[in-house]
Amino acid sequence: MYKRVVEAKLYMDSHYHEKIDLNNISNQANFSKYHFLRLFKHAFGKSPHQYLIETRLLAAKKLLRENNSVKDTCYKVGFESVPSFITLFKKRENITPNEYLKKNKQVEKEKEERPLSFIPNCFVENFGWDKGGGNK
Amino acid sequence: MIAKLSHASIYVLDQESAYDFYINKLGFVEKMKIPIGDDAFWLTVCPRDQKEIEITLMPINRGGMFKAEVAQQLSELVKNGTFGFGVFECTDIFATYQELKDKGVVFTKEPTQEFYGVEAMFKDDSGNWFSLTQFKKEN
Repeated sequence: MYKRVVEAKLYMDSHYHEKIDLNNISNQANFSKYHFLRLFKHAFGKSPHQYLIETRLLAAKKLLRENNSVKDTCYKVGFESVPSFITLFKKRENITPNEYLKKNKQVEKEKEERPLSFIPNCFVENFGWDKGGGNK
Repeated sequence: MIAKLSHASIYVLDQESAYDFYINKLGFVEKMKIPIGDDAFWLTVCPRDQKEIEITLMPINRGGMFKAEVAQQLSELVKNGTFGFGVFECTDIFATYQELKDKGVVFTKEPTQEFYGVEAMFKDDSGNWFSLTQFKKEN
């Protein structure tokens, strides 16, 4: 039983960017839709739909950090409509994808200019990374 | 008053391999990757649903952190399973155990009923060990 629910999760992990019909997944796992929903939620603490949305948003954030456009990101992670992607992203992340993209560009610029400022200074000083490595 | 833990370090033998283990096997999320020299990174990850913590994957043999002799000793200790990092919590241990096992994670203890819940133990790719626990609801 666990194997089939885990397989369904792993399928979502690797196919989130495709059109996924959760009815088909429950059928493939040989469960009724209701039984599948219940088992999935019990196993992973969230519904398959919630899990899929979160997986797509995680992937979207990664693509935005890699400078993909909002539109490209939307379709690459499996959402079918840009406006609904933007709404969902804003609802979950409290920031629009475009704002996230801009903010990240700024952060990346700062990381290039002052990389060590992103690391707690106790580590930088103790290990001597500001002096090219401390060899303590 | 100390409010909470924000960073914790795990010493790893190979950062690239550790990245693969924590991201692709455990399903963690990358938080920060900053070059610190000597082919090493300030590399932090977190469990997917616990974004407020950063677990730093510290490379023993890179980044000039330790003298060669110390790095050698520490590597041996890590490899031999001397260090236990902590406890990871999951919603359903049997499902998580199944998933991680299918992904090739090595378990040293199968899910076992304990007074606080059900616990299994696994090792990371370096040799650090962890508890994976589904706590009883009242805990």
